[in-house]
Amino acid sequence: MTDVSACFHCGDPCEADAIVFDKKNFCCNGCKIVFEIFSENDLSGYYDLQNFPGASPKELEGKYDFLDNSAIADKLLEFNDGGAQIITLYIPHIHCSSCIWVLENLNKLDRNIKASQVDFPKKTVRVTFNSEGISLKQIACLLGKIGYAPYISLDDFQTEKIKKDRSIIYKLGIAGFAFGNVMFLSFPEYFEVNEFWLDQYKSTFRWLMFAFSLPVFFYSASGYFIAAFKGLRAKILNIDVPLALGILVLFVRSTFEIVFDIGSGFFDSLTGLVFFLLLGKYFQQKTYGFLSFERDYKSYFPIAVTRINKNGREEAVQVNEIKKGDRLLIRNDELIPVDSILLKGKARIDYSFVTGEIEPVEKESGEKIFAGGKQVSGSIEIDTLKPVSQSYLTQLWSNQVFDSNKENSFTSLTNTISKYFTISILSIAASATTYWLFVQPALAMNVFTAILIIACPCALAMSAPFALGNMLRIFGKLKFYVKNDQAIERLAKADTLIFDKTGTITANNKSLVTYEGTTLNKAEKSLLKSTLRTSGHPLSRILYSHLNGCELVKLSDVEEVVGEGIKAKFNDQQIKIGSASFVNAENIQNNLQTAVHIRLNKDYKGSFLFQNKYREGLSELFKELAPEYQLAILSGDNNGEAANLKKILPLKTSLLFQQTPEEKLNYIRQLQQDSYRVVMVGDGLNDAGALKQSDVGIAISENVNVFSPACDAILEAGKFKELHKYIKVAKGAMTIIKISIAISFLYNIVGLYFAVTGQLSPVVAAILMPLSSISVVLFTTLMTNLISQKLN
Amino acid sequence: MSVIYLLLTISIVIAVFFFVVFILSVKSGQFDDTYTPSVRMLFDDELVKEKDQVQKTTSKNKDE
Repeated sequence: MTDVSACFHCGDPCEADAIVFDKKNFCCNGCKIVFEIFSENDLSGYYDLQNFPGASPKELEGKYDFLDNSAIADKLLEFNDGGAQIITLYIPHIHCSSCIWVLENLNKLDRNIKASQVDFPKKTVRVTFNSEGISLKQIACLLGKIGYAPYISLDDFQTEKIKKDRSIIYKLGIAGFAFGNVMFLSFPEYFEVNEFWLDQYKSTFRWLMFAFSLPVFFYSASGYFIAAFKGLRAKILNIDVPLALGILVLFVRSTFEIVFDIGSGFFDSLTGLVFFLLLGKYFQQKTYGFLSFERDYKSYFPIAVTRINKNGREEAVQVNEIKKGDRLLIRNDELIPVDSILLKGKARIDYSFVTGEIEPVEKESGEKIFAGGKQVSGSIEIDTLKPVSQSYLTQLWSNQVFDSNKENSFTSLTNTISKYFTISILSIAASATTYWLFVQPALAMNVFTAILIIACPCALAMSAPFALGNMLRIFGKLKFYVKNDQAIERLAKADTLIFDKTGTITANNKSLVTYEGTTLNKAEKSLLKSTLRTSGHPLSRILYSHLNGCELVKLSDVEEVVGEGIKAKFNDQQIKIGSASFVNAENIQNNLQTAVHIRLNKDYKGSFLFQNKYREGLSELFKELAPEYQLAILSGDNNGEAANLKKILPLKTSLLFQQTPEEKLNYIRQLQQDSYRVVMVGDGLNDAGALKQSDVGIAISENVNVFSPACDAILEAGKFKELHKYIKVAKGAMTIIKISIAISFLYNIVGLYFAVTGQLSPVVAAILMPLSSISVVLFTTLMTNLISQKLN
Repeated sequence: MSVIYLLLTISIVIAVFFFVVFILSVKSGQFDDTYTPSVRMLFDDELVKEKDQVQKTTSKNKDE
């Protein structure tokens, strides 16, 4: 066996015919070229920062041709004025510090690029360039040539650039600023009540505090008033109602006190309360810059495809502008954007995205092709039947489920408790006020406001944000990316789990390979492996990695017939690998399974059979889940695997095959109508409707940088077997929130004692409020960290 | 006028100054990406290199 060394550029193993350049090994010519470009331009520092940082560049021929269309290019540009253009490009390969370094040095590769700046969490690079010297297409190609091909989809094109919402930071900043200063100004009055100098300047201090709390009341706290108002209008007593009431009473009473010189007011508590509440809100927002939970088909679709116009010329046309009757050229590996009829060429279309079917479908000219498939064997020409927006696949998005919002229809634990809480506080306030009206009418108003102030459920409102916010972070570290805090709550409540088959419980590109036929000897195996090495076909790649421990030999006359097979010569031997018809073995009985046949010289040797391989730990996961959950598998695939699945899964699992995207969606809706709470685990676009309809849609992703459909959570495929643990921890988090709410009630009871008896002084409020908040924060953070320890 | 008013004014002016600086820095996007700058900082030494070699390759890239 030859020495297997890692490619200096990308780290892939290079075998037999590694390219040696500058005393370094490269697995392919592409990697060598990237290395040459970098070393010629003084950028070899790229390799010092990280081992094997690169990716081998992919075939770019024609891929970015549409960028020459100025209408398209203009719409992608962020800024365009004379000699300066700015564009932000999404580059999935960005993954290490070397990437940042080389991409920020693009100006060394072309002097027309003025500057480039990487946003690592978002995996984007913002390039400033001069369009007179370099076109957008050239930039895209330059990036592609060094292994950083940008990904440009229809999504970049249609959505208006969303403005960043930074208002939470402003609100938090203002509240924090005011809180600090008000605390500072009110401190003297806490203890020195009748001191001469203090009395002298008392009103100055008080009016200053008033001034500081104005922006807090009117700007920082505005969100709570709006939410409370919306809640009341919908006849819901959400948590914002008692909060808004507390804030309002705090402000009115404090202002009243300083106007009539009765006391110093509670401005410290007011600003502190708003600050802590906003802190909780800020903490529970955990965003993953490089992930999007809102994707639809637009992220998968290209911006433009090649149209063949009446004169037979090729031109780039925007996908949205394709009209019925347009003739389109689809190259290898391109997505078919419209429902169409095949005109020319042999189509093999991979519909795995849409239907879940793994095996590409062959189409002859004249047959209908649906949008969403990927052409995998050479170029074809198609005739458009329906424009993009009316195609079979895109119609799914017109289902009304895509307009509804799960967040609005779900009542969180906090809001459920808040209803009873508000009612009981109001009744306590009413009865205490009535009592004082008879005993000492002067104190009645004081007691009423004091109760509303001290009962303001700050700690209660903070329990869930801190517990769930911390959970989001912990899950994120463990490759389970959840969209928001509410999704965790819904996950904890679920009682039904539905799984998609292809890509979800089976691993993509991982198959069980078995061989049938005459046993191959070592020389034959190495000949086979060497031949497979030259092919980029998915089955060849799988088979190539399946055959290990073979020496590689130098072949001659390698020829690949796209969509059929490969033939090659070695000395006097000829090998043919491919479909049954390609190796002239039509008489071999053809069952439903995917097979690769082999012929050596004149002898038919046998075939390699490919079977779905289920994810590691699948059977165990289902066994663990079975006692607690209702389980089902919904597959778009045929029922060829039914018997196999029945063997490895618990008996109660329902198995449904050949489900269309709509049927999947309706199945889940039916369950929900029978008041089940459903978690859908899926991957492809065909699950998009089901993911959206379910209470929690979890997308399984082999590589989180690649796209997954709209969902509530993204789970990295390798962590699939941990799913049950994640759900258990989510349930644990809910218990923690309940305990924490109980703790906050204790503080409220202590506070209410002071309030009801009419002895609430500003200093008591100023101590109780932060104390309760801080203890809740500490408790929830520590406990969530504790329960998630068993995940590691 | 008592000196305390002067002190109060100065302290508040300083506080407000820092507050405004904070708001401006948020507005300029400094807090949008808190990771990349931490890496970029470490490159600064290597970035400063002679640029005379750049010329010869630019023409090559244009052939694309």
